[in-house]
Amino acid sequence: MWHPIQALVMKELLAVWSDPRSRVVLIGPPIIQLLVFGYAATYDLADVAIAFYVEDAGGDARELEARFAGSPVFRTVEQLQRESDIARVIDSREAALVVHVGQTFSRDLRVAPPASVQVVVDGRNSNTAMILIGYAGSIVRDFNRDWLRRHGARQPPASLVVRSWFNPNLQSRWFIVPGIVALLTLVVTLVVTALSVARERELGTFDQLLVTPLRPIQILIGKSLAPLLIGVVEGTVIVVVAVLWFRVPFLGNLALLYVGMILYLLAVIGVGLMISSVVRTQQQAILGAFLFLVPSIILSGFATPIANMSFAVQPITYLNPMRYFLVIVRGLFLQGLPADLVAQQLWPLALISLASLTAAGWLFRHRLT
Amino acid sequence: MRLRGLLRKEVLQILRDPSSIAIAFVLPLVLLLLFGYGISLDARKVPLALVIENPTAETASFEASFGQSLYFQPRRMPDRRAAEEALLSGEVSAVVVLRNDFSRRFYEPRGAPVQVLVNGTDANTARLIAGYIEGAWQAWLGQVARDEGLALAAPVILEPRVWFNAAVRSRNFLVPGLVAIIMTLIGALLTALVVAREWERGTMEALLVTPVSTSELLLGKLLPYFVLGMGGMALSVVMAIGLFDVPFRGSFLVLTGTSALFLLAALGMGLLISTVSKNQFVAGEIAIIVAFLPAFILSGFIFDIESMPRVVQWITHVIAARYFVAILQTSFLAGNVTSVILPNAIALLLMAIFFLGMTRRNTRKRLE
Repeated sequence: MWHPIQALVMKELLAVWSDPRSRVVLIGPPIIQLLVFGYAATYDLADVAIAFYVEDAGGDARELEARFAGSPVFRTVEQLQRESDIARVIDSREAALVVHVGQTFSRDLRVAPPASVQVVVDGRNSNTAMILIGYAGSIVRDFNRDWLRRHGARQPPASLVVRSWFNPNLQSRWFIVPGIVALLTLVVTLVVTALSVARERELGTFDQLLVTPLRPIQILIGKSLAPLLIGVVEGTVIVVVAVLWFRVPFLGNLALLYVGMILYLLAVIGVGLMISSVVRTQQQAILGAFLFLVPSIILSGFATPIANMSFAVQPITYLNPMRYFLVIVRGLFLQGLPADLVAQQLWPLALISLASLTAAGWLFRHRLT
Repeated sequence: MRLRGLLRKEVLQILRDPSSIAIAFVLPLVLLLLFGYGISLDARKVPLALVIENPTAETASFEASFGQSLYFQPRRMPDRRAAEEALLSGEVSAVVVLRNDFSRRFYEPRGAPVQVLVNGTDANTARLIAGYIEGAWQAWLGQVARDEGLALAAPVILEPRVWFNAAVRSRNFLVPGLVAIIMTLIGALLTALVVAREWERGTMEALLVTPVSTSELLLGKLLPYFVLGMGGMALSVVMAIGLFDVPFRGSFLVLTGTSALFLLAALGMGLLISTVSKNQFVAGEIAIIVAFLPAFILSGFIFDIESMPRVVQWITHVIAARYFVAILQTSFLAGNVTSVILPNAIALLLMAIFFLGMTRRNTRKRLE
């Protein structure tokens, strides 16, 4: 039973490996992507262009301006001279934020508080806009606290002490890089699996495979084991780079990660084999892989949280294997997720892989006869 | 005349294999629906654990003001431990603790601390949630000041004005960018696969030995898919405006012109990929890896380019989607801003010329 499967797995691996171009595709892009995305995919703001329109020469106005200008998040690009300049710098994206301190700021502050400070934000990126307003708010709050202290006034009756768990400096990279483990293993494994049968069909070698003494189930196992191996190796490399290069902490149990990864890859391979057995050409296979990949990535929580999706879409995500593996991989990296909480994600993943492999097996046999 | 023959061949091929038409029309439809309803950065009804160790009148008013907020779904938890466990399991995204001595310290000059724990795994959401909590806290402080007639008002208040998107709807920002991603997919994937197949089957070589010139050959490939792509583009824009209620403040003429430029660049990239790889497996992988994923991550569609490390910012300049995303976001939300649209359109033009020129060079070389 096992020897012919072993031979088939070797053949599958060689088929991918011996073609220099597909070899490059398997190694080069994932590494480049990991590095580029690891650095690029960030919601953290840095170096944000800020402009000031300060109509008040008073000391308090100057101090507030200095607090904005001195924040490491901002980079001052311009001091505006008239109100119409605000539209010019915001429209052209020269500045993402304009702080406008009106003529009466110092007087209001002294005589009739509160004084107001206007902040104009470019809303073309709504997420950046929200975060910038948050930063502006904390700068104003610090200003208020120090101003009250200096003037011997009473502080507000309650103050917030915010701490963030699992990611104390709130670095997006710690969130994105573990997610890339799920993303890249998905892409590589699915494409390899979806194309393996389609290529043989197109070249006519599949018929040759069928007349060998191998039973369909053995062919199926052989066709699944090779991508599984490729996926696990790829995943391991990414985990190592995440820990050693990006310095993302890995607090959980490595064995649990591999259990999750194998179940996840099996689910993906099942889908790949289904695609493979339905299509006739490689082009259709790639198209099929694509039609699965894109929604999987979008509806997984990789880039935007599932909780934010519309209610009609959220139930669909329960069918998405990537959703569960993302929770596992992020939880194990950042939170050291205990085994019982990992198990909550593992069983749906196991069900999905069982279903997808069974369906693939059925389709496979069905299409052969 | 020869070109007409080629065009006829391509059109027939497209009509016979429905997968091309599926890519051009069904793909944008499905993707736009999926993305439009699936991707959102607006956190609503955030599950929140509220631990009140010693309930009093002050804590009750605090709790009430959190209950009123649209952003939260607060849930009382008996103690800190239970709340922290819920935070670990992801049941709640944040924990707010009012300690025993809250009401006593409330009247002391330094005030009482409100302890907030957020799940920082998703740093962006954590930041937004912390912002919402701050908003609710500030609203409550204002309420307390009014109720008790105390002079607690903050000396300076912030008046944020979000231009182009006053309600800060993330859909308004994401849907225009999506159009660029979908067009990248269509353009690159369509041509990459179709032409790679011809190379793989050897029919491309057969075409090359006919008297047809390289330019005619490429034009024959380009035109039908260009028409398909523009059709997909029109469909996407209609859906963005009609279905997702994204305002359109620019000019359709400018949008059509820049879309044509972008599509030429994307199709050119697809042609180049297939000419270089000559193999559907490799062409498909490359189309996904160099077209789709960078368009998703490096284009400014969702992640802010200005905040990326300098080296990565340089890389984004070779991603055609980057320029198109800027044009789309501005055209939809801000209007005809020449200082944004013109430089980006020129960049697209240069990229289209580059990709098509490279394809032409590579195709000719094969014959020698």
